[in-house]
Amino acid sequence: MSEARAFSAQGMAVRTAAILFVFVIIFTGLLSAAYLWTKPSIEASAAEEKMKLIDEVLPRAEYDNALLQEAIALPPTPELGLADASTLYVARKSGQPVGAIFEAVAPDGYAGKIRLLVAIRANGQVAGVRVVQHKETPGLGDYIEVKKDKNKARPWITQFTGMALANVSDKDWKVKKDGGRIEHYAGATVTPRAVSKAVHKAAQWAAANRDRLFAEGAAK
Amino acid sequence: MITRDEFQTIARNGIWKQNTSIVQILGLCPLLAVTTNAVNGVMLSLATIVVMALSNVAVASLRNFIPHEIRIPVFILIVAALVTVVDLLFNANLHELYLVLGIFIPLIVTNCIVLARVEAFAAKNPPLQSTFDGIFMGVGMLWTLALLGGMRELLGSGTLFGGIDMVFPSLHPIQLLPESYPGFLLALLPPGAFILLGCMIAWKNWMDARAAERARLKPPTPVEALGCH
Repeated sequence: MSEARAFSAQGMAVRTAAILFVFVIIFTGLLSAAYLWTKPSIEASAAEEKMKLIDEVLPRAEYDNALLQEAIALPPTPELGLADASTLYVARKSGQPVGAIFEAVAPDGYAGKIRLLVAIRANGQVAGVRVVQHKETPGLGDYIEVKKDKNKARPWITQFTGMALANVSDKDWKVKKDGGRIEHYAGATVTPRAVSKAVHKAAQWAAANRDRLFAEGAAK
Repeated sequence: MITRDEFQTIARNGIWKQNTSIVQILGLCPLLAVTTNAVNGVMLSLATIVVMALSNVAVASLRNFIPHEIRIPVFILIVAALVTVVDLLFNANLHELYLVLGIFIPLIVTNCIVLARVEAFAAKNPPLQSTFDGIFMGVGMLWTLALLGGMRELLGSGTLFGGIDMVFPSLHPIQLLPESYPGFLLALLPPGAFILLGCMIAWKNWMDARAAERARLKPPTPVEALGCH
């Protein structure tokens, strides 16, 4: 009697385990199917999002290569404030390099690091700068972000567009308060100062690595 | 299929009588974290409505195949799988909306309302009823979270619908109190959410008590109607 009960309890356990197993298989299958089915469009939208940001720093009309496919791994670069490896994109028109797009970090923001995306043309000119990530004070220092800038016609960050080491002297790559030519709102100087310094450094880095950036790419 | 009466009971239970946030007091974790403004509250609720309707209909359809002893692990499996599938589908097909709702969808997994409704309702009722239960429980959550978020936002920073520009870029938050309003940080922090939620529960109980009182006092009304004072 007791043996029979033990057997039926065992049978019960096996049956229950089998049912649970079937459920796990079905729902894992459902998950994998959903993952595989959505993967291409998720990747496409991630790439599109990236391109949207790149479009803001370098107009698509200026180059004709498939930018994202020509990503170059950039090792940690202290000159750009990058402690980790990042990606650099070289824009080309008919095979000729026209610009480089890379990340730069301003380590001395008011509240930690400010991550920037910088595009430098082959002639050394800044094509555009955008803030990718920051923790600056909302309503005070966050005008470095185009979306938060009250001046919609000419957002603060667009001041860097067109600046080049050749036509802007070193002391001008600073906020007005420090004797430079970068306009800024009163009250929050630390934030624009950090960004200006980082953009200046990015321009200097691009100039110093000009041959490597724009020639090595051409060989490809 | 579903009678009018059944439907009304489900709707009334979800929206008022069994309201998840102010009666069942379930899912406080996302509630406290998210309701710093009305828009966030509404967005989380919308995502929850989708997941609750789906998980309720899935469990109700499979309820006869799930052994009683292992129902909880199976429910968790179903809810977790569905949340992930919804997350992936949103990301793939409604990317713009995903950028807004995205952070809320994983939060739903931490929400015990979903599991509670699956266990309390969907495991015992047919799929159609269960779907409506999921939807109306979500609607109940929606108005509660919107109200709580709106109150916290107004008290905390003097605005209403902050973050609406994330959902509809053409709209802007409304500054209800003057710009000089210093803000009331407590309302924006979790303790403020607890206090305001307590006030909402008290208000709900007061409404119910008043309704009960009215029902008790109903018989004299015909006399009044006759105008004999």
